[in-house]
Amino acid sequence: MASITLNINNASHTIDVDPQMPLLWAIRDFVGLKGTKYGCGMSQCGACTVLLDGNPIRSCSYPVSAAAGKKIATIEGLSEKTDHPVQQAWIELQVPQCGYCQSGQIMSAVALLKKNPSPTDAQIDAAMQGNLCRCGTYPRIKTAIHRAAEIQKSQKA
Amino acid sequence: MHTRQSTISRRNFIRLTGITGAGFMIGLSVAEGQGIEEVVNMSGVGESFGLTPFIIIEKSGAITIFNTKPEIGQGTFQSIPSLIAEELNLTLDMVTIKQTGGEKEFGPDQFVGGSSSVRTTYTKYRTVGAAAREMLVTAAAKMWEVPVAECTVENGKVHHLASERSAKFSELAEAASKLEVPKSPKLKDPKDFILLGKSIPRPDVPLKSSGKAVFGIDIDVPGMVYASVERCPVFGGRLVSFDDAATKKVKGVQQVISCERLFGKYRTEGVAVIADNYWAAVQGRKALKVKWDFQGKENFNSAGYAQQLRELAKTEGVVDKSIGDFDKAFAEAPNKVEAFYETPVVSHSPIEPMNCVAHWKEGNKVEIWTSTQVPGRIMGSFPKEFGIKEEDLKVNVLFNGGGFGRRLYPDYVHEAVYLSKKISKPVKLIWSREDDTQQGPFRPMTFSAMKGALGTDGKLTAFQHKVIAPSLNAARDDKYDKTKTDGTMTEGISEQAYRIPNMKNLYVWADIHIPICAWRAVTSTTLAFSHECFIDELAVKAKKDPMDFRINMLDAKSDTMRVLRKLREVSNWDKPLQKGWGRGVAQWEFFAGLAANVVEVSQNGEGVKIEKVYSVIDLGTVVNPDTVVGQVQGAVVMAITAAIKNGITFENGRTAQSNFHNNPALRINEVPPIEVFVLAEGGDKIKGVGEPGLPPLAPALCNAIFAATGKRIRTLPFNINKI
Ligand code: FES
Ligand code: FES
Repeated sequence: MASITLNINNASHTIDVDPQMPLLWAIRDFVGLKGTKYGCGMSQCGACTVLLDGNPIRSCSYPVSAAAGKKIATIEGLSEKTDHPVQQAWIELQVPQCGYCQSGQIMSAVALLKKNPSPTDAQIDAAMQGNLCRCGTYPRIKTAIHRAAEIQKSQKA
Repeated sequence: MHTRQSTISRRNFIRLTGITGAGFMIGLSVAEGQGIEEVVNMSGVGESFGLTPFIIIEKSGAITIFNTKPEIGQGTFQSIPSLIAEELNLTLDMVTIKQTGGEKEFGPDQFVGGSSSVRTTYTKYRTVGAAAREMLVTAAAKMWEVPVAECTVENGKVHHLASERSAKFSELAEAASKLEVPKSPKLKDPKDFILLGKSIPRPDVPLKSSGKAVFGIDIDVPGMVYASVERCPVFGGRLVSFDDAATKKVKGVQQVISCERLFGKYRTEGVAVIADNYWAAVQGRKALKVKWDFQGKENFNSAGYAQQLRELAKTEGVVDKSIGDFDKAFAEAPNKVEAFYETPVVSHSPIEPMNCVAHWKEGNKVEIWTSTQVPGRIMGSFPKEFGIKEEDLKVNVLFNGGGFGRRLYPDYVHEAVYLSKKISKPVKLIWSREDDTQQGPFRPMTFSAMKGALGTDGKLTAFQHKVIAPSLNAARDDKYDKTKTDGTMTEGISEQAYRIPNMKNLYVWADIHIPICAWRAVTSTTLAFSHECFIDELAVKAKKDPMDFRINMLDAKSDTMRVLRKLREVSNWDKPLQKGWGRGVAQWEFFAGLAANVVEVSQNGEGVKIEKVYSVIDLGTVVNPDTVVGQVQGAVVMAITAAIKNGITFENGRTAQSNFHNNPALRINEVPPIEVFVLAEGGDKIKGVGEPGLPPLAPALCNAIFAATGKRIRTLPFNINKI
């Protein structure tokens, strides 16, 4: 066990955990933020995607100790009113079905649009390949990312 | 539908609704033993008649609508409450939607499966809403002393335009609750609908776009411990003993106990590691040393079993359906075609793994929080399984992170309750993805021996589909009668609209000891493949266009004809494709509904690329067209996975796959454009949404591959990159 301080969505949380524990379980069961999901535990499905200093990582395969001192962003920190451009687009296009994969999908999409404000279909495919959706919402995810890019641009204009 | 006045005890009211303020409540009641449902008024305080409240209007103004259909991604959180809200001219943002937990009072509809949610409740729940509306209107009309016909309902109020008066539902609720329930409330004219038939945004979408939606796995209760269970890797094995010395050294591990799983007719044992947190439970489990007795089942493997099925195919089997004289017609026919088709076992793999929080409290009271498709079944069977009173069981149903049929089976819920009882603490049980992939239940494979004969005019004169497969009924119950066909294993093969003069369909039962169960669209998912690919083979033999060949076998008025004509038009079937491309068609009708697909593929190196999918689904009446489009796209994606990805195989008695790396699902870069057309021409006929898009995908794809490459695929899965 070790005392580890995590900075999640700009708030700091000190927890006493096995340093090898994946960040996912620390976020869910020790910090109590349940939006980040467990789907596979081996970097295959993307349900656990969070941003670490702005980059998407699979928190199920990332030791909590390695995240100490870095900026962690989870779905809960995206916006207060569910109005981040990606969230707006997700709602407009009615993307989620069961919804379980969608926190991960949204975090990956947020990271993509930060780096690349107008991604092509191929760039979306490349960035989103790590996120499984068993419900098959992929066609809408793709449309929604294009839409989010538009919303993002109109907000900057 | 009948209506009746009734009352409910205050205690029962609170138990069912969680609402402490009294209110106007209207619902359906199942008259005991008769299965008749009637609309009842359960306001006030008094005797309980076993009632089912669906709408509660409180004096405070709050309106609650109860949803009996767990949300698994199929949209019931919007579609079902809308049936009631529509008749009250309420939009869903004006009401609180509460999920029911299998309570007897909420009736027999508390499950989701078979694409049945809307088609079985459409009129029933509208009637509940309409009765409430009429009572509220009558109360207002009386108060204002105006004719009922002059009153309208809008925005949670009853209005009298002429005198410019209006009153809120909550102000009228008390007076309304004292009225007779109308005998046959008038349903709204569809042209006045504000919700039904419209693409209304689903209220769960913002929750699911912000991490706020609560799934079973997200539940925490005070004092809760975590469990991870080691189960025998070989199906049919027994627990001999375990050594937990190393496990107990893992920090956070509290105890290690044996545990049972009930699935269908199987009762198996496992070893549960109980810990302060889930990670500790998983680490502790890794350190366990368990001795199993494999019972000789360690020799089972998929290749050997497939060989057994091929041998069994030589036996006659039992008749599923017979029309005309197949044997004679086939023997005498000038042109015959025979083919053998094989399909794999597949997993459901909902993205939320199985999990459950169970709390066995003092006084043998039990509370469950879980993602499940069957709260009604849990409420119906658990009290007996665990020897508790029904009123002492509470089931809280959360959003399901996918179901696909897997969550029709509450084996994981049983495990959690069993553990909580044993350790007298609330337990959160989480199956790992490996548990989910390896322990089943799975969709069974089906093999199909096909025979068809054509007359000299190229018309299909004799047809046979013989299914060789394990039985879903036998997996449930040892008493399954093997002298009869298992209808779940011959699903749809005798129900296609094609007019064929001589047909004899057969079923050959094959035993299996591996847990099998329904999958999204059940056995149609494999039988449509063999059936509709073989129809294509016959079309080729008859030198007919596959679309024409099908259409020529259909009654002009059949639903299938309407669907294929629409599909022909929207897919531009009659326009030639570019060189190296091919298109294929398939349709499927079964208990859940009817859909048809056209798939276009192009040659791509040694394989093919899926260029485009056109899907037509026939519904009759639709509640939310946008939801339907999403469901059909999802069904197509799932069907492509099942056709071209690994599937599940068994080696040495164990599942060979373990997680998404070796049991992959389609990813975003592999998904073709999918265009969905919803046929909803109104009327009484309502068909299912969630499943029908799935069965006709694999055959349309393989028929397209034949058109593009001349290669006939008769075995799933196949490698799309190497045809
Ligand atoms: S849970 Fe982390 S990638 Fe699947
Ligand atoms: S919405 Fe269900 S897995 Fe993606």
